[in-house]
Amino acid sequence: MEAHNDNWKIWEVFIRSKNGLSHKHVGSLHAPDAEMAIKNARDVYTRRSEGISIWVVPSESITSSAPDEKDELFAPADDKVYRHPTFYDIPDEVGHI
Amino acid sequence: MNSIKNQEPTSETIRLEARFQNYVDGENKVEPKDWMPGAYRKTLIRQISQHAHSEVVGMLPEANWIGRAPSLRRKVALLAKVQDEAGHGLYLYSAAETLGVDRRELLEELLAGKAKYSSIFNYPTPSWADMGAIGWLVDGAAIANQVMLCRTSYGPYARAMVKICKEESFHQRQGYEIMLYLSKGTPAQKAMAQDALNRWWWPSLMMFGPNDAESPNSAQSMRWKIKRKSNDELRQEFIDKTVPQAEFLGLSIPDPELRWNEARGHYDFGPINWEEFKQVVAGNGPCNRERLEARRKADEEGRWVREAANAYAQKQAQRRAQTSEVA
Ligand SMILES: [Fe+2]
Ligand SMILES: [Fe+2]
Repeated sequence: MEAHNDNWKIWEVFIRSKNGLSHKHVGSLHAPDAEMAIKNARDVYTRRSEGISIWVVPSESITSSAPDEKDELFAPADDKVYRHPTFYDIPDEVGHI
Repeated sequence: MNSIKNQEPTSETIRLEARFQNYVDGENKVEPKDWMPGAYRKTLIRQISQHAHSEVVGMLPEANWIGRAPSLRRKVALLAKVQDEAGHGLYLYSAAETLGVDRRELLEELLAGKAKYSSIFNYPTPSWADMGAIGWLVDGAAIANQVMLCRTSYGPYARAMVKICKEESFHQRQGYEIMLYLSKGTPAQKAMAQDALNRWWWPSLMMFGPNDAESPNSAQSMRWKIKRKSNDELRQEFIDKTVPQAEFLGLSIPDPELRWNEARGHYDFGPINWEEFKQVVAGNGPCNRERLEARRKADEEGRWVREAANAYAQKQAQRRAQTSEVA
């Protein structure tokens, strides 16, 4: 199998669909280096003008939060309703605020 | 053997599985790093990789006609469609890899003849009208399945499907347009369109898989919300949608038992030849060998490209290292 030589890294692909919007994750692909990853991403993910800018990042370089720690990480925000505008009572007469 | 015995469900696994089922029942999506039952992962790897292989092998019957398309308009469309199918294969391998498998391993299984792909691609494409029938019927049937899969419970699979569905609708329209031109053409062209419909109709219905009663795994897939509709439901939907399209073409569907059932609100249709289906799945279809050989040849002939890309990447890396030393 070694002869196949495609133990290429996996790259995560992010595309900006137009200026003013963020790059968004669209999927991944295999490539020997960043330059080829960009070329490959162009063909795989932007065949219908889906983007004007591409980021590629080696998958192994991404650190993600652990799903089991979801509660510790995110639950503390759940009971802080006072961070939302609807928590505050403003009479309708005041108008939009 | 002992190791298998040791994997008997512990009370912890049972608790996790119940929680998982509950989560899926609540229409929540499962993402790669979430806990999932081993069998859920295995089912997905099998299904997604078979789906990926189908996209890749599916390029072959149509690639057969790219060089012989009757006009430039037809040629660019067919070329773009076949290129899309390659893209679909890549999206799907990429979704499968989120489950911890390696694309090369999946490809090796395909090349070794150990992996399945959709039986439809083991039928030959002797005439140009087959390009019309494939786009209209085969992509049409694939769309019915893929629209359902946009709501599948595994996030990366669902997202790949959304992207694929956006691209598929042109596939079906270009196929139907081919059929339309042929069936409004000369008697010989119309006969060609009818012949293609005759050959592709039944294999297209088989694409949805065995009847529900014969498909024991699909109940579990429905419980896990990997599948959202049964094989028979999807097949019926496809027939109901397609019959009027055939009527518009002035072509007849090769099923003497096909008729509208007012009471059911659906078309009734004749029995499917499941023996043929089994034979094709077992590797004895008209083109099974040819398809695998073509894949192996492509893999072999693409080797130098992969090697060249590697050599280039290494050289570039060396150059960068040298210039940074100098600086
Ligand atoms: Fe496709
Ligand atoms: Fe397609």
